[in-house]
Amino acid sequence: MSDVTFHGVTKVFPGPTVAVDDLSITAEDGEFLILVGPSGCGKTTALRMVAGLEKPTSGSISIGGQDITDLSPRERDIAMVFQNYALYPHMTVYKNLAFGLKQRKTPKDEIDRRVRDASGMLGLDDLLKRKPGQLSGGQRQRVAMGRALVREPKAFLLDEPLSNLDAKLRVQVRADLKQLHRRLGITTVYVTHDQVEAMTLGDRIAVMSNGRLQQLGVPQDIYDHPANMFVAAFIGSPAMNMLRGVAREGRVTAGDLDVPEVGVPDGDVVLGIRPEAVRPAGDGLPSFEFEVQVVEPLGDEVIVRGAVTGQLAEVETGEEHAELLPQLPGSRAVITARFDPEVRLSPGMRMRLGVHPDRVHVFDARTGEAVR
Amino acid sequence: MTKPIALEPPAVVRATAPHRRRWLPFDRWHLFLFPFALVMLFPMLWMLVTSIETISEARRFPPVMIPEGIHWQNYPNALKRGAFGTYFLNTFFVTMTVVVGNLVFCSLAGYAFARVKFFGREVVFMLMLATLMIPYQVTIIPEFLIVKWLGTHISPQIGIDSLGALIVPGIVQVFGIFLLRQFFRTLPVELEEAARIDGASRLGVLFKIVLPLSLPALATLAALTFLWTWNDFLWPLIAIMSPEHYTIQLGLMNFQTAHTTSWTLLMAANVMSMIPLLIVFLAAQKYFIQSVATSGLKG
Repeated sequence: MSDVTFHGVTKVFPGPTVAVDDLSITAEDGEFLILVGPSGCGKTTALRMVAGLEKPTSGSISIGGQDITDLSPRERDIAMVFQNYALYPHMTVYKNLAFGLKQRKTPKDEIDRRVRDASGMLGLDDLLKRKPGQLSGGQRQRVAMGRALVREPKAFLLDEPLSNLDAKLRVQVRADLKQLHRRLGITTVYVTHDQVEAMTLGDRIAVMSNGRLQQLGVPQDIYDHPANMFVAAFIGSPAMNMLRGVAREGRVTAGDLDVPEVGVPDGDVVLGIRPEAVRPAGDGLPSFEFEVQVVEPLGDEVIVRGAVTGQLAEVETGEEHAELLPQLPGSRAVITARFDPEVRLSPGMRMRLGVHPDRVHVFDARTGEAVR
Repeated sequence: MTKPIALEPPAVVRATAPHRRRWLPFDRWHLFLFPFALVMLFPMLWMLVTSIETISEARRFPPVMIPEGIHWQNYPNALKRGAFGTYFLNTFFVTMTVVVGNLVFCSLAGYAFARVKFFGREVVFMLMLATLMIPYQVTIIPEFLIVKWLGTHISPQIGIDSLGALIVPGIVQVFGIFLLRQFFRTLPVELEEAARIDGASRLGVLFKIVLPLSLPALATLAALTFLWTWNDFLWPLIAIMSPEHYTIQLGLMNFQTAHTTSWTLLMAANVMSMIPLLIVFLAAQKYFIQSVATSGLKG
């Protein structure tokens, strides 16, 4: 058993900045747990505390039931892959892989066997004599993984290991990682800011923001039932459309969209509609008028941006905002929709979009919590 | 928390400007630098020439730059004057000890100041740096008194008129600590963290990761320390009395007396005393120009 558990862990940096605020989660034995959130949300600090590179201000961390809060990094028996790989530049790949075992006084033939195993698994056999400077980005990434593998640790800690790879390679390595994890079954805590990585890799995802855990769950569950506006806006690409609305007598209205029988308490609300939840109307679904502005055909689908009546609700996800064009006047809002490629659209077209009431998320406008 | 980390050294931007027509077989800057190089080299050349001249040629003015014959005899003659073998060994022993001492102690201290968090680190470091601003002349007398005290209270091996007197005051220098600290701070801290997770101790990190990556800085420190110690004249002059403890620089005084100077022998001895310096410089040269090794990182 080697689960990794945070027990009410708080980390305050001088300043003071609360980087991690009362975090309690468990990566079960053999689980692939993702910590995801925008930069500055405390996910890397959380990981570094597991590694022993930072000390919690309060709370404790245990691995396999053993409290490791006060142990030094070397006593924890974990392996970490850094964002920049941190390969030792003056050592060959072989020595990089062997370094950890050598520090632990592993017998020489045992080191050799394990290094060969790992290099075989990761396809590094031809690179063992090279130095990190002579490797490509993807090869370095594999060496970094290999260095973690040979140790056969209780847990893997990965800090944005794919962020320095180009997009194509990233997709491939992502799949490799998942397969590797399935084969080895070692508890893994994986930090990323990329929600696609989080969705595709994780057995479970912990969404963090401002040092706090926002939601913990399996990827599909988080996507389908976000606990609050932050999670709703952060998970999913393109992001969920958020429109200001009002709930009265069981109905929810936003602009000219009127959704009956939602069954939420009266008050100001925010409607969350995923881009793929809308479709060219018909069938008597609740609908709203949509004016096409931009059409982005992707081959297998079409992303369409257009204006609707209503007002957007801002959600601070910490991601970069870059708006080339000025916002529309107060009564109009730009939303994103995702259609099948058969739907022929051109800018300027007006149409009605329908949305199934079950696929409308409703959040309390004041607290941001999901009310449905 | 993901801080943006700038680990990648700025890429070397090759001049992509339109290829200028070259009207010289070398860089135009060389036209400017060449005269300066000549000015710097002239005394060396003069020394070299004088060391193979006869004494009458050496005394002439303006100086004879092309002697009539090569008078190699000056070299063995210079060696016969005084115990040059002893002086050489003394200097070599003192210099090597000081160089090794500096490499070891400045590494340890520099690493502590660069990476270990301890109470008062910045204050102590600032105080240490401040000592660099005190002129050497001010500290000569205290230094003499301290070494004298060491000789009477600790061991005569490190007291006045011993080789130890030449080693102890220079065994660790603020400059070296500063140089290495600055260099260590440029190394990506992730390398050290990775090594610690891999199971290395603090000293293990220093000796297996940090120092191998700091060869350029260590070579610079070694070469400079070698140069300073080898060439030091004032302190040995004050601290050493017996000829058996003379260094080369003191030995060169043999050729100068109150009334006469054996220029040709002095210069021959000078040339010989410079050879180790040249070797050290040539050996360390490639490190001076080598840039920081961060090749294991992204990029």
